[in-house]
Amino acid sequence: MTNRRILLRCVAAVVALSLSGPVVSQATEPTRVVATFSILGDMAERIGGKHLAITTLVGPGGDAHVYQPTPAAARAVSEAEVLIVNGLEFEGWLDRLINASDFNGMRVVATEGVEPIAFEDDKDEHTEIKHHDDHGDEHAEDEHHDSHGDEHAHRHDGAFDPHAWMNLGNAIMYVDNITAALAQANPDNTATFYENRDAYVAEIQSLDAEIQKLMSGLPESRRTVVTSHDAFQYFGRNYGLTFLAPQGLSTDSEASAQDVARLIEQMRVESISAVFVENIADSRLLQQIANETGATIGGTLYPGALSGPDGSAPTYLDMMRHNATTLAQALGS
Amino acid sequence: MIWESVVQPFYDFSFMRRALLGCIAISVGATPIGVFLMLRRMSLTGDAMAHAILPGAAVGYLVAGLSLGAMTIGGLIAGIAVALLSGFVTRVTALREDTSLASFYLISLALGVLIVSTRGSNVDLMHVLFGTVLALDDTALILLCSITSLSVLTLATLFRPLVLECVDPQFLRSVSRLSAVTHFTFLVLVVLNLVGGFHALGTLMVVGIIILPAAAARFWLASIGGLIVAAISLAMLSSLIGLLLSYHYSLPSGPAIILVAGLAYGMSLLFGPLGGLVWQALSRQHFESRKVDLP
Repeated sequence: MTNRRILLRCVAAVVALSLSGPVVSQATEPTRVVATFSILGDMAERIGGKHLAITTLVGPGGDAHVYQPTPAAARAVSEAEVLIVNGLEFEGWLDRLINASDFNGMRVVATEGVEPIAFEDDKDEHTEIKHHDDHGDEHAEDEHHDSHGDEHAHRHDGAFDPHAWMNLGNAIMYVDNITAALAQANPDNTATFYENRDAYVAEIQSLDAEIQKLMSGLPESRRTVVTSHDAFQYFGRNYGLTFLAPQGLSTDSEASAQDVARLIEQMRVESISAVFVENIADSRLLQQIANETGATIGGTLYPGALSGPDGSAPTYLDMMRHNATTLAQALGS
Repeated sequence: MIWESVVQPFYDFSFMRRALLGCIAISVGATPIGVFLMLRRMSLTGDAMAHAILPGAAVGYLVAGLSLGAMTIGGLIAGIAVALLSGFVTRVTALREDTSLASFYLISLALGVLIVSTRGSNVDLMHVLFGTVLALDDTALILLCSITSLSVLTLATLFRPLVLECVDPQFLRSVSRLSAVTHFTFLVLVVLNLVGGFHALGTLMVVGIIILPAAAARFWLASIGGLIVAAISLAMLSSLIGLLLSYHYSLPSGPAIILVAGLAYGMSLLFGPLGGLVWQALSRQHFESRKVDLP
């Protein structure tokens, strides 16, 4: 009897606590925000500042393609009032995590409203590339046109390229989406959020202009770049560069001999000399390709994860600036 | 035609030549080990040891990054430790080899996964451990070829005691003190080949090129020399065909090679003259029809 009464009391206490929890937190505590990876965390930090308690699931230097959620992550998600995700099927592990952690806060999809690059477009580009090949000396390649569709089957997980933040114009949409959600979740500080947002967007725009200027100076013949995995399509479209990669869109896929051979062939035909490694991808294959074509490694690019505070890309803007200057230096020299 | 589809890829691209050389090295070095593993009914030991080297390679990676040397040494230490510990427990206590090996390799595997997960690293370590045969650089090739040479020389030296261990371990133990030495040297060779192979094919795939050709060869030849030669040839052929498939049909290379080896095993299982299923069925039919003829 007493046992049951104690149990009931416990339950009542827990219910009371959980009910009173949010009320207390709204008045004094910062809004609990969970961002899925470091770039979104950095953006939220810039907008919300001290009014937010931000947890980033995939921290600096981590690879969000292959992240394995931990219990601490599940706990952070279950306690979150706002969950910021990239969307476009970037975080394949997210739905399972949300289900497992009974999250009932607000979910913001940062890519909402962004015009995504579909993989079909990507395919067209590749077909175009094939034509280049055919003009070259390698006639043996002609036979392999049919297998082109197969290549795409293993290159992507979703229908769209998720790396939308690589375009600074999209980043403004990210910021707007995040700001709107934060304002809704924490109405007391709406004015601050929008002030921060305006300052941030101004910085983004000036960086965009800066990079645009940097890239427009590059000669037409030196606008093709090879990276480990295919994460720079948005960046390339925005600034008129072509990015090629032996590995597909996810770092998770394995390159086939054909992918590598095609890339090497193209590098030979178009005498591409700029090869870049990435902070989250295995660089051995790229090193091999560079050796084979006589290209040099132009530096390290940061496609989807910030560096630690001491690295060269501690914030989103630093990352974009670093990528742009690294590219411009290697291509311009 | 044959030139274009078979020779041209290797002629044009050095990464294809390197991949092929790496695969040939593994075929020559590791496949005879597979034959002995099979004859000693230790095929699953290879798989267990492949898991056992994980924490060593992980520690090596965390200490020195993507350094071939550190990962190799780490893997060797972990693999040999598991082999020696399980061998020791088997010889000293009542536990059988399979149980003690399973215990130690599971501990080792859990340790490896723990190390990988707690240090959320830049590059996903599992990805590193899956290796890629297309990215073999000079040091990796030198390592692979050295391991193969060492492995072949050691096998040649220990050939007689090893064969005896396969057929009659009790007899070897009674006539020679070499039994324990042979056993441990053999286990070290297994670890060595696994560690070498994981740079090319990854820890899990390399077991495939060790075991599958040996198993396939069993359906063609009975003598131990014949088995080794057949297994090596099958492994080389699988590597070549697998690489070419990967080249022409845009398939990931490691799995392509292992699946070709698997196909060779499947064909041998069906059509091999020594106990292949088709031959069994044929001879049974023959036998039955004779029985019908008799009265």
